[in-house]
Amino acid sequence: MAIITEKDLQPIYDVIVVGSGAGGGQSAYTLTMNGVKVLMLEAGRNYDPVTETPMFQSKADAPLRAMSTREKPFGFHDATVDGGWEVPGEPYTQASEDPKQRFFWWRARMLGGRTNHWGRISLRNGPYDFKPYSRDGLGFDWPLSYEDVAPYYDKVEMLVGVYGSNEGLENTPDSPNGTLLPPPKARAGELFVKKHIAKYGMPVIPIHRAILSTRQDHVNFPARLHPNNPKAQKIIAKAMQERAACFWATDCGRGCSIKANYQSTTVHLPPALATGNLDILCNAHAREVTVGADGKANGVVYIDKVTGQERAVKGKAVILAASSGETARILLNSKSNRFPNGLANGSGLVGKYIMDTVGAGLGGSVPAFENMPVHNEEGAGAHVYIPWWLYKDAGKLGFARGYHIEFGTGRGMPRLGVGAAGPGYGKSYKEEVRQKYGAGIGFSGRGEMIPNKDSFCEIDPAVKDKWGIPVLKFHWKWSEHETKQAAHMHATFAMIIEAIGGKARKPEADGSKAIEPGGYIIHEVGGAIMGADAKKSVTNQWNQCWEVPNLLLNDGSAFCSNADKNPTLTIMALAWRATDHLIEEMRKGNL
Amino acid sequence: MENIPAENPGAMDRRQALKWIGAAAAAAAFLPHATAQDKLPRPAGGQRIGSDPVLNKTYAPGELWPLTLTPKQRKAAASLTDLILPPDNPGDKQPSQLGVQDFIDEWISSPYDETAKDRPVITGGLDWLDAESRRRFQKDFADLAEPQKCAIADDICGKTPVKKEFKSAQNFFNRFRYLAASGYYTTPQGWKDIGYVGNVPMVDFPGPTPEALKHLGLA
Repeated sequence: MAIITEKDLQPIYDVIVVGSGAGGGQSAYTLTMNGVKVLMLEAGRNYDPVTETPMFQSKADAPLRAMSTREKPFGFHDATVDGGWEVPGEPYTQASEDPKQRFFWWRARMLGGRTNHWGRISLRNGPYDFKPYSRDGLGFDWPLSYEDVAPYYDKVEMLVGVYGSNEGLENTPDSPNGTLLPPPKARAGELFVKKHIAKYGMPVIPIHRAILSTRQDHVNFPARLHPNNPKAQKIIAKAMQERAACFWATDCGRGCSIKANYQSTTVHLPPALATGNLDILCNAHAREVTVGADGKANGVVYIDKVTGQERAVKGKAVILAASSGETARILLNSKSNRFPNGLANGSGLVGKYIMDTVGAGLGGSVPAFENMPVHNEEGAGAHVYIPWWLYKDAGKLGFARGYHIEFGTGRGMPRLGVGAAGPGYGKSYKEEVRQKYGAGIGFSGRGEMIPNKDSFCEIDPAVKDKWGIPVLKFHWKWSEHETKQAAHMHATFAMIIEAIGGKARKPEADGSKAIEPGGYIIHEVGGAIMGADAKKSVTNQWNQCWEVPNLLLNDGSAFCSNADKNPTLTIMALAWRATDHLIEEMRKGNL
Repeated sequence: MENIPAENPGAMDRRQALKWIGAAAAAAAFLPHATAQDKLPRPAGGQRIGSDPVLNKTYAPGELWPLTLTPKQRKAAASLTDLILPPDNPGDKQPSQLGVQDFIDEWISSPYDETAKDRPVITGGLDWLDAESRRRFQKDFADLAEPQKCAIADDICGKTPVKKEFKSAQNFFNRFRYLAASGYYTTPQGWKDIGYVGNVPMVDFPGPTPEALKHLGLA
């Protein structure tokens, strides 16, 4: 089995997995390592980071010095192909003309999906994050606890490789000894911030990112990942040895040809393919899940994007991991007599409670950083961050939930705008450019959004994409819990920049102006929330649709809250856990 | 569908900006404001970058869309680039030898609104530069002696108060300098010049040097 074309499709698979990113990659990995025959459908093209990644290209190698464009919003060398907030021929619509009520939907039509370019920030949700309703009466509790997920966080961290440290901080879980890889040293500017904000009680600690700071422990990890499964151990031991450690150059967002960072395409899919149990069909855009007379999922209808033809494949179970929005879209488009409002939508909650992360940013310039002695500060993206530090003040802030702070300093690869000094020209101007290079600092808050009734998606009754598939229409609204949090972010960043003697851009006191639009942080989750009550949720704690037990939602769609921690690690941990449960249920004949 | 909000396009590359340049440069950087730019004169032909370009190759200016500066404009652009960014180190090339003016030409000739809005500013400014050079010194800008070039540049660079009649020339100069510096410091020679020593593989990340820590009072 391998990356196949349509003519090689098997008549029926044990499981069809829709999507090849974090959720789909993890699901396929777990299934195939346990001997389950899987077909993975990917809406985009095949993509190979080993041969396609621009590893050492300069901005001067790219058109327009790698400027951000509509087609490549994160710049020319960003790994994403055929993706962005716009995908040609695949529109989505907005219910409101009000810019503040729009949702911007990022998609990546490529093997590995958004895992190819993501920030690799891999923070565990803490115990509070799974029980937010119990703490402040807002949103929903998850039907599981941190303790339920922790063993899967352990496994995912070992499998994908995460650097970081254990700091013993509140709601910021430690990992078992030997699980994390050592964090890289902090940069000069990062240490400078740490020193000057200690007085505010703000910890600056190593961030966790899915990057191999050293090679993985291919001797001991395999047995911890796959006890009593020698074949799986052998395969993953070999796959781990095929990954190199980070060499501290080249922006991770470009992807990684040496497999030092996590991408589904370099970490999940190669070992899954090596089992011989996985077929991957690219350019296959899932349109709907089909249901048999028994009410169970029995296959997927997809569009072959090469021919434009509609096709069908059969499976004994289906896992949707197409991205939260796309998963909701597939469910809502899967209408039948038995499920007239869309599949697994008896609760009416498919598409409801979509969330993004609260984002706001502020930057400034820092005279202390000027004329820094020349040294290599490249490293691997962020090395440190500031976890939420005000748990004790939750009642006094005017917003309910917290945020963490990511920040960037340093003498990175020069890009457009690097000579933004002046006035003047000639030697004195060049001297000023040199002086100011690396003297900037930028802070970004990443905070928790509370799910609300006004943020949801539905099928647009009028608009179809170029493949004839009805598209999503988005409704969006931030509550004051988010906008006030964004204003707090700005005030905090201005305070930090002042504390380090810098000059900040003007902070925005109006949080509705400080906050990034919905979807900009690309932490889209929700839309098919899990819960303990079938009437009030779409899935159970095993990502299993209440009404269709052989249908799992293994992407972020089942999230019923969106902690400040970036969601990808949790998507993988829950996908692994849900898939283990699915395998068990299949073995027992319960499906 | 309008998914990219015109009112705040700079926010699109927030992570990239955060990661590497720090927000000071980002704030000062050119943030395009989408207005009625379709009315601008636009060279015909050429393709956009597209959503799936080959990433691991080098693109020469003119490869995707034709360059449009006239030979005379190009000569003035090369000369002004060299005046703004003269080599400081022995063995360094002039920016014009590194093709910085070709980048500027690529920029103003592109099918993208964000860059094409610079087209009238740059081409008009280069034409003005030659006209002003002939008015004062009876030669095109590129053929002037350095003090003559400086005499014109000093009037428009903003270092001293700019006279009213030179305001649009100053606008041109600011924009040209932004593009010339962006073009130059993104080349390997520009990296060395500015003090960027990354993009090389290392076994371990060494962290800050003792000198850097001392500079920040952290040693």
